[in-house]
Amino acid sequence: MDQLVFLILSIISIGAALAVIFSKNPVYSVLFLILTFFSIAGHYVLLNAQFLFIVHIIVYAGAIMVLFLFVIMLLNLNKTSETGKTMLPKIAGAISGGLLLIVLLGAVKGLNQSEASQAINADMGSVKNLGKILFSEYLLPFEVSSALFLSAMIGAVMLGKKNLKDH
Amino acid sequence: MQVLSNTVNNYLVLASILFAIGVMGVLVRRNIIIIFMSIELMLNAINLLLVAFSVFHNDASGQVFVFFIMAVAAAEVTVGLAILVMIYRNTGSVDINSLNKLKW
Repeated sequence: MDQLVFLILSIISIGAALAVIFSKNPVYSVLFLILTFFSIAGHYVLLNAQFLFIVHIIVYAGAIMVLFLFVIMLLNLNKTSETGKTMLPKIAGAISGGLLLIVLLGAVKGLNQSEASQAINADMGSVKNLGKILFSEYLLPFEVSSALFLSAMIGAVMLGKKNLKDH
Repeated sequence: MQVLSNTVNNYLVLASILFAIGVMGVLVRRNIIIIFMSIELMLNAINLLLVAFSVFHNDASGQVFVFFIMAVAAAEVTVGLAILVMIYRNTGSVDINSLNKLKW
């Protein structure tokens, strides 16, 4: 049962990721990317990471994808804008990516098979457990990430302004 | 306690495939927005692998790291899309072939 759900989710995520790459229309790419994110969220549920499942849905499908869609609609990019250039860079890129995939899969194939079934702690990915770790062991990175957000916000506002002279 | 029937190798294979698809998207597409989406795809592949390893090793630190990666990815997308809007204002397209000011 677990294996079957894993297989279905994997097929959905890989197919949707390929559709993201090969869609001509950027809006379709965004929608397929949302589908990919939901299937990855399903993988998180399979792995008992409840907190990350929720955060993933909220942050990625709820915030980042909305940003992408907003920019596409703002800049009126929902039309195909493929330059009819030579195919050589695309073919080279596809071959490079395929070779990288072959290398990665070869590295994975050389690993020892871990035991097929392992008892896992179902409570590990809960909000309570992760919150304890986040606010004890990782308190400093958590606080530093707030400064990161502030700087990112200031940077985005400065970049988004037309020019800094007129207010 | 429940028993997980998938091995960690399955997750390794899946994350490798997703990461390679992301790399291919960065290399093949000319549209900056789709290149950004491919970067998000790569980040998600790595997130999935981190969660899988954290579950298989019974160590929750991996999931905390995924949380931080999501935070950094959100900030990165914000700044990146602001830069993209600036590029569109200055060049009138989102094609990376129009960014040839530093070329010979």
